[in-house]
Amino acid sequence: MTYASISTALPDEVFALDAVADSWRAALRIAGEKLTAGGFTTSAYTDEMIAAVEQLGPYIVVAPGIAFAHSRPSPAVLRTGMSWVRLSSPVEFGSAKNDPVWLVIGLAATDEQAHIGVMSQLATALADPGSNEALRVATTPEEIRATLDSTKSPQREGK
Amino acid sequence: MNIICVCGMGIGTSVLLKMNVEQAASQLGIDADVTTADIGSAKGAAQGADLILTSEELAEELSGASTPVVVIDNFLDSGEIKEKLQEAIR
Repeated sequence: MTYASISTALPDEVFALDAVADSWRAALRIAGEKLTAGGFTTSAYTDEMIAAVEQLGPYIVVAPGIAFAHSRPSPAVLRTGMSWVRLSSPVEFGSAKNDPVWLVIGLAATDEQAHIGVMSQLATALADPGSNEALRVATTPEEIRATLDSTKSPQREGK
Repeated sequence: MNIICVCGMGIGTSVLLKMNVEQAASQLGIDADVTTADIGSAKGAAQGADLILTSEELAEELSGASTPVVVIDNFLDSGEIKEKLQEAIR
């Protein structure tokens, strides 16, 4: 199995920095378009991500301001990868505790394992106040990848 | 103890939660076996578990389970997870 790394999971094509969306659906649509642009999914995956929220609610808003948009492994997933949509104005997802959302991370996974290392790096970076701020103000995909790569992932050490 | 992290699909947010729960459990000195499940299979999987961790939106769907359900607001906040885990096992 090939494990994704930050550079393979987040190529330049998947970034939308300071994107404009007027609703959570519009924000997820951009996240889906970017996954498709990165060659990770077909456009059908976008509808799957939106359907997941329609069915189960805004549970994908996992932390203040941050949504992990995803569906499950399906024929619409071509390769494991992510997209990064930073919104110019935060959008309400209907989350009681974590609205409004400024960052939508789209996730497409071919199986349950390949993305774990990258997810761990993302989680550690977003939980760290310094890295979180750097990710908010970064102006290029390069800067964002560098911030994520410089973040040590405690979960993976010693394993 | 057996802990299940539940999300809608079983591959995204539950994976995030699992990483932080494993870390919190080891800091608390709890010998925990942490697994993930999607909401569809969670009720079945819950029967062998001691604790279910999930988000507020999904907790309602699990309200019929006999296993205690703990709601986590911020999946990235290791402090919150540690605190709630500690409370749940007392």
